[in-house]
Amino acid sequence: MANIKRQYIYIVIALCIIVPLLTQKIMPVRVSPPVQQAYDTMAKLPPGSSILFSIDYDPSAQPELQPMLLAMLRHAFKCNQKVIMICNWPLGFPLGQDALVSCAREYNKSYGKDYVNLGYRPGVAAVIIGIGREIRDFFTSDYAGTLLDSLPMMTNVHNSNDIALLVGIEAGATGDVWVQIANARFGQKIVLGSTAVVAPDFYPYLQAKQIEGIIGGLKGAAEYETLIKHKGGGIAGMTAQSVTHIAIILFIIIGNIGYLFLRKKR
Amino acid sequence: MYIIGIWIAAFLTLCIFSFLYKDNPFYKLAEHIYIGSSAAYMFIYVYFFDVKPMLIDKFRTSVGFDKWILIIPSLLGIIMLLRVVPRIGWISRWAIAFTIGLGSGIGIVTGVHGFVLPQIKATFVPLIVMGNWMESINNLVLIVGTLTATLYFYFSKEHKGAIRLPIRIGISLIMVAFGASFGYTVMARLSLLIGRIYFLLHDWLHLVK
Repeated sequence: MANIKRQYIYIVIALCIIVPLLTQKIMPVRVSPPVQQAYDTMAKLPPGSSILFSIDYDPSAQPELQPMLLAMLRHAFKCNQKVIMICNWPLGFPLGQDALVSCAREYNKSYGKDYVNLGYRPGVAAVIIGIGREIRDFFTSDYAGTLLDSLPMMTNVHNSNDIALLVGIEAGATGDVWVQIANARFGQKIVLGSTAVVAPDFYPYLQAKQIEGIIGGLKGAAEYETLIKHKGGGIAGMTAQSVTHIAIILFIIIGNIGYLFLRKKR
Repeated sequence: MYIIGIWIAAFLTLCIFSFLYKDNPFYKLAEHIYIGSSAAYMFIYVYFFDVKPMLIDKFRTSVGFDKWILIIPSLLGIIMLLRVVPRIGWISRWAIAFTIGLGSGIGIVTGVHGFVLPQIKATFVPLIVMGNWMESINNLVLIVGTLTATLYFYFSKEHKGAIRLPIRIGISLIMVAFGASFGYTVMARLSLLIGRIYFLLHDWLHLVK
């Protein structure tokens, strides 16, 4: 057992994912308090509030974060909120734009009136401080070069005071910068959605009430999809995720038993 | 065009997966395409979303101080690039020093104001919450955990005697945190794999609706 080839383990893991995806069995998803809090924060905002979506990830985190972004955008449009999108990661722009355009089409929202995409600016901390003071210092125009003042929904949006909620979709440490500057300095309300790898880093912020909610990984996306009653990539991947987790737990147990036997023999 | 894109993406995904068997030319090809296209894409983005609107266009449209102040960041940027000329590469340290100074200034202030102080404040919780014993336990774990884990990083005294037990509790709690973090990491990596396999089955092979 100690000499088992790693390729066999890969095959088992692949089967654990492929079979549930092909059979399309759906497992019930229990909503955790941090995701419920994130949902409630968005739901309680008065209609017409401006929500800033920050795309802080790139294609390497797409499978986890894209379903989350889609679910949150759907919720925002369903609640008739105004969506402003920015990117702190350059390769995140097309992902954010794709999600924004497809969700806006679903809810018949029009560009400039219900949503805008301001694109990418480098220098995360400086951009966040800039948004706290005057958004036009960093974003004079949207991604296509249209001046901000010529976009109807942006005429009264100048800084953090005019943004009801910030939704950061995070694959790295940009979420920390949002909390430590936008929240601590400008009192910005924040909800963070993140890859499962960085989610544990954000829990202290939730405990300290620096953020309103956390949506962690594909599981978090599935929970949010459950709340908005829209089956997406999160729920679709949950059965495969659960089956694979069971397989990994079994591997760990078998591996440890094997190790104990080997040690006894020696 | 869309279909061609899907086929290319599927081919490159399979090339990357082939590394699971062993290193091979297909994997190398996909890896190089990924690095090259990402770098090119980022270069274009930085130019069109940063250099052009924030420097070139702003220089054309601004007047007075707002116009001429832009010369400083431009110079710093040029200085940074001097690293490629070994004879005068040392000048690039000025730009690096500026960046480090700026980063430290922002980092120290935001770190203390936005992280350390709110986190300390969040540990000021009542040990006994009347009528809610669950919250009392949570608060106890929070306070004991914070104190003992911090004590573990006290290296001026050998971890013996009276402080040995609290330090053992502290390191145990740190291990629990590492375990949770590792569990989350496993979940994250599997999610990425699920995402790629879902792409192959759904977008490429149309086996999943």
